[in-house]
Amino acid sequence: MLLALPALLGLVVATFILSRVIPGDAAATLAGDAATPAQIADIRARYGLDRPILEQAIIHVRQVLTGDLGNSIFTGRPVAEEIAQRLPATLELTFAALLLSTLLGVPLGLIAALDHNGPADHLVRLVSVAGLAIASFWLAIMLQMVFSMELDWLPLRGRIDVALGLPPRVTGFLLIDCLLAGDGRRLSSAMLHMLLPALTLSLPGLATIARFTRSGVLETLQKDFVLYARAAGYGRFRLAAIYVLRNAITVTVTQIGLLFGGLISGAVVVEAVFDWPGLGTYAVQAILAADYKALLAVTLVVGVVYAIVNVVVDVLQAVIDPRVSDGTR
Amino acid sequence: MTGPDLLRVDGLAVQLGRASILDDVGLVIRPGATMGVVGESGCGKSTLLRAILGILPRHARIPRGAILFEGRDILSDQAASARGRIGFVPQDPYLSLNPVFRAGTQLLEVMRRHAPGNRRQHRAKLIELFRAVQLPDPEGALDKYPHEFSGGQRQRLLIAAALSCDPALLVADEPTTALDVTTQREILALLRRLASERGLALLFVTHDFGVLATLCEQVTVLYAGRVVESGLTRAVLDAPEHPYTRMLLACHPDRAADLIGIPGTVPAADAQPSGCRFHPRCPIAHASCATEVPPLLLTEDRSVACPWHHEPLPEMAVV
Repeated sequence: MLLALPALLGLVVATFILSRVIPGDAAATLAGDAATPAQIADIRARYGLDRPILEQAIIHVRQVLTGDLGNSIFTGRPVAEEIAQRLPATLELTFAALLLSTLLGVPLGLIAALDHNGPADHLVRLVSVAGLAIASFWLAIMLQMVFSMELDWLPLRGRIDVALGLPPRVTGFLLIDCLLAGDGRRLSSAMLHMLLPALTLSLPGLATIARFTRSGVLETLQKDFVLYARAAGYGRFRLAAIYVLRNAITVTVTQIGLLFGGLISGAVVVEAVFDWPGLGTYAVQAILAADYKALLAVTLVVGVVYAIVNVVVDVLQAVIDPRVSDGTR
Repeated sequence: MTGPDLLRVDGLAVQLGRASILDDVGLVIRPGATMGVVGESGCGKSTLLRAILGILPRHARIPRGAILFEGRDILSDQAASARGRIGFVPQDPYLSLNPVFRAGTQLLEVMRRHAPGNRRQHRAKLIELFRAVQLPDPEGALDKYPHEFSGGQRQRLLIAAALSCDPALLVADEPTTALDVTTQREILALLRRLASERGLALLFVTHDFGVLATLCEQVTVLYAGRVVESGLTRAVLDAPEHPYTRMLLACHPDRAADLIGIPGTVPAADAQPSGCRFHPRCPIAHASCATEVPPLLLTEDRSVACPWHHEPLPEMAVV
């Protein structure tokens, strides 16, 4: 669990060095097309871009450690502020996707395992392969075409009906803010807006979770304690859905933590298609503008969120399997 | 109770795919009686037990035979189920409890389905049983996880679980092989005491003749899925009649001056020999043994599936 801290420090250093060696000159972008070499050099000096890279790295790490993420080279505003504005939208989307993939993936995996090599198993296998193989931007556009444009059941893009507008910002998490405001119409609008992007984003995770749950359940079904429980007279449903699943799920839970990284990178694409004002769209803008301060901050924030999620997963692991906390496993 | 038999297995055959695991197996246990089932690994002991417990593998077929418990056929009528009335003590206490659930959760689930009364009564009863099986800290045991018990304690726990629904029959599958020798003795003594105190019948699968002699009045010897000899344990152990039983007993290190082996191995279940299944390894096999299945002959104190059981064995080869 404590390993998260050095890992994050390593992330800060590595991303900084990467950001300085990739092509693209922030100073030149900032100065504009008509700038003279002297103007560019001036900007470079002002932002400290002319110093040795090691020195820049040390300055950067020191700033980050004091909580200063710097100002955006492009907008001039504090990066931390801009990210705080957008992070909740992305977190809300990714958590919704995570929830969907778990709530759908675990039962699918369980059903597949209980019908080992039967029709349900084959069907779930098909869904898994498709979930991993289908490109999310394509799926997103297909879903939009069918459910928004043809059937007109769900909104095409955005987080909420423009006519309704946003509720008063408290947490930045739209669903929570709507709940806090006690606003049912906004809440349902926000949920409908979230459905397609969350579904698109959840599919690869759903596939992975279904596969891991399936193999976990199949493995657990072979255990002596399952045979014993059958002999002792456990009910069929309880045996499968509770007794076996809790053992099988430990592997899946680890996967859920690891999946989270993929979800955030997937959010970049999904946010772009659904016009979702989150961190993904922000990161794309930062890359295109060679705004390395913004880029570094985004990477760091995503890294921190990822680390937190995995710490939570570790704790969850110990709750599910008491042997983990006892160190007997 | 209908009739004097508690458990009656009649002409039971079990097949797994093309393999014949059990064929024409019969045994009878009266209330309060103790029966041991012995045989080499692969003779079908475990399958017999799983058939009685209703936990055969999904693809197992039962082409013939019946298992009557308290007069009801538990093979064809799963609803009539003997669950609860047959307590099961498994072979390996380490692997038989789910590591991620508290002991109490696992034991209470079985009682919830098969024992009368509410949860509080079930808890009280389990604690009382924990005392009876001499589990340390009976009150705290319900809230512990399996890995917090030693092997012997887990077996005590499982014996308590087997007793929790007031069974008439206790089925035990080599319940001491996973334990060390001292603990084995304690567990066997416990089983014997509980069975006699509570008037339980006992069906005990083992390959240990010492255990058999101390625990079981009667014995059924299986070979390659068939009964070869059955009767009073004393009589069978003192004067085995079937060539297989005679050779098996001669193999036993405690009983034989020299360690004798039976030449050959137990046949594969999908390639059972015709006639008497022991004939390829039998030193006194006659020509007819390869073609005719020997019926169980009733002698004065047992039944034996060999018409030549009076013939002496030749001097056995020392392996």
